[in-house]
Amino acid sequence: MDQLLNDFSPGLFFMQAIILVILILLMRKFAWKPILTSLQDREDGIQGALDAAEAAKKEMQNLKADNERILNEARAQRDSMLKEAKELKENMITEAKEEAQAQADKIIVQAQATIASEKKAALAELKSNVAGLSVEIAEKVVRQELSNKDKQLELVESMLGEVTLN
Amino acid sequence: MKVFQRSLSYIAIVLIAISSATLQASSGDEQHQSTGNPIDTKEEIQAYIKHHLQDSHDFVLYTNGETGHHVGFPLPIILWDGGLQVFMSSKFHHGETVAESNGNYYKLYHGKIYKTDAAGTIHDDGHGHPSNEKPLDFSITKSVVGMLLTGLLMLLLFSSLAKGYKKGPIPTGIARVLEPLVIYVRDEIAKPNIGEKKYRKFMGFLLTVFFFIWILNLLGLTPLGFNVTGNIAVTACLGIFTMVIYMASGSKDFWQHTLWMPGVPVILRPILAVIELVGFILIKPFSLLVRLYANITAGHFVVMSLIALMILMKAKFGAVGATGMSLVLSLFITVIELLVAFLQAFIFTMLSSLFIGMAVEEHDHH
Amino acid sequence: MTGTLNLIGAGLIVIGGGIGLGLIGGKAMESIARQPEAAGKIQTAMIIIGALLEGLAFGALILGS
Repeated sequence: MDQLLNDFSPGLFFMQAIILVILILLMRKFAWKPILTSLQDREDGIQGALDAAEAAKKEMQNLKADNERILNEARAQRDSMLKEAKELKENMITEAKEEAQAQADKIIVQAQATIASEKKAALAELKSNVAGLSVEIAEKVVRQELSNKDKQLELVESMLGEVTLN
Repeated sequence: MKVFQRSLSYIAIVLIAISSATLQASSGDEQHQSTGNPIDTKEEIQAYIKHHLQDSHDFVLYTNGETGHHVGFPLPIILWDGGLQVFMSSKFHHGETVAESNGNYYKLYHGKIYKTDAAGTIHDDGHGHPSNEKPLDFSITKSVVGMLLTGLLMLLLFSSLAKGYKKGPIPTGIARVLEPLVIYVRDEIAKPNIGEKKYRKFMGFLLTVFFFIWILNLLGLTPLGFNVTGNIAVTACLGIFTMVIYMASGSKDFWQHTLWMPGVPVILRPILAVIELVGFILIKPFSLLVRLYANITAGHFVVMSLIALMILMKAKFGAVGATGMSLVLSLFITVIELLVAFLQAFIFTMLSSLFIGMAVEEHDHH
Repeated sequence: MTGTLNLIGAGLIVIGGGIGLGLIGGKAMESIARQPEAAGKIQTAMIIIGALLEGLAFGALILGS
């Protein structure tokens, strides 16, 4: 202890104190402050970049999900459109079929009606022809009757038998 | 043969000196100049080591033992003795003559300056210490030169690191080595001990002290022969700085817990307050300063003793054996000292931040 | 350190410090072996305790010498 106290030099202590104070002040001003600030800045920058990357990743994921969703929607829309078109097509076909059927039926009905009226007309004509014929026959018969009564009757009978009404 | 032996030991010294502290195998102590012989006895070596461990007023790089010629340069002496006295230490002629300045006479005796008469008589006080008046000595001693050198080195290195950030965020060159050190002090020493919120304020002190001590410790291992951190005045200054800083930044909680400890019987409180105060004011800084001083002094002592082994063992093992043994041993210890140099800087900073952390801590009120 | 008693005192201090450091180091090794992932923290704590012990021992040495 004695030795130590003897070795202790107040002058050196004083010089050391002055040097240390000056050194601390100088170092703070010229070195530590800018260094620590730059380090902090850099670390903040790195943290910021990391955060930004994370955010970008998240956004990317969101975007991807969005794309997926949009794609799915588009697909669904396409499907529904196709389905609609199919339905439409089927509808049209059935409608066309029905219409055609109806048309055909109508034509058939018309044709039948025409046929019927033609037939009627033909029958009427035939009837008038038959009537005329019968009148002629009657005339002939009447003329023959006058000669042969039995033969006349026979003739009328045969004639009537020949004229068959269909 | 003798010439050969001597030249061999000089070569060995140069080899060791590259990696460890110097011990010139010749006289640096003024007492032995008259004999003109190289140091070769145990007592002389002890005296030499003691001389090295002390601060000195001139910068001696090398002494020729046979002619007593010193190679080095003088340093300015600044004394306060009723007025400022400034002269170069070459006036002392390494303690051989009395220096005169403005009518006052001073003598260098065992590394200290005493006021004497014109003849330079040193009065003994009966306990082996001179009773002469000691003027206040603010000289630029070897230690001060070491500190100035370290300060300059730090300013250069770290301002270049600071400037490097202006060019880009990634440092280049030497700054790549310095930056991790700064980050290490910040993240491993300051932040965990002081706390995330308050550490910033103390970074200037902690970083400066860390690099100051580390560089000075390393400087002590160079052949220049500095022993700055092995100087009680220097470590005392560092310890007192830490003490002042943590006492000045003590929070309200700290003072309450120190002076009037809650949760303790009232009778015990003053006793505890005294114990705590003594702990904070005396014991903590004392342990800080003594640890650094003792570690570095012991390191220098051991390295120098191992180098001196070469001279002491020469008779037993011959020049080559003694030199080889001392080379291996001192190299080994020097490597350990390199670790100690860092460890002591680390521990000083660590404990400083620990004490600061204790002082600024704010407790949750329960 | 001149007197023999002083030297004995110094020896006692060194013995005490050695025991303390040995205990600290041994326990630290044990805990590192047990929990290697906490090695850094244990090392730091070990160094601090070691430094405090060292301070105590050096203080005693200086006061005694």
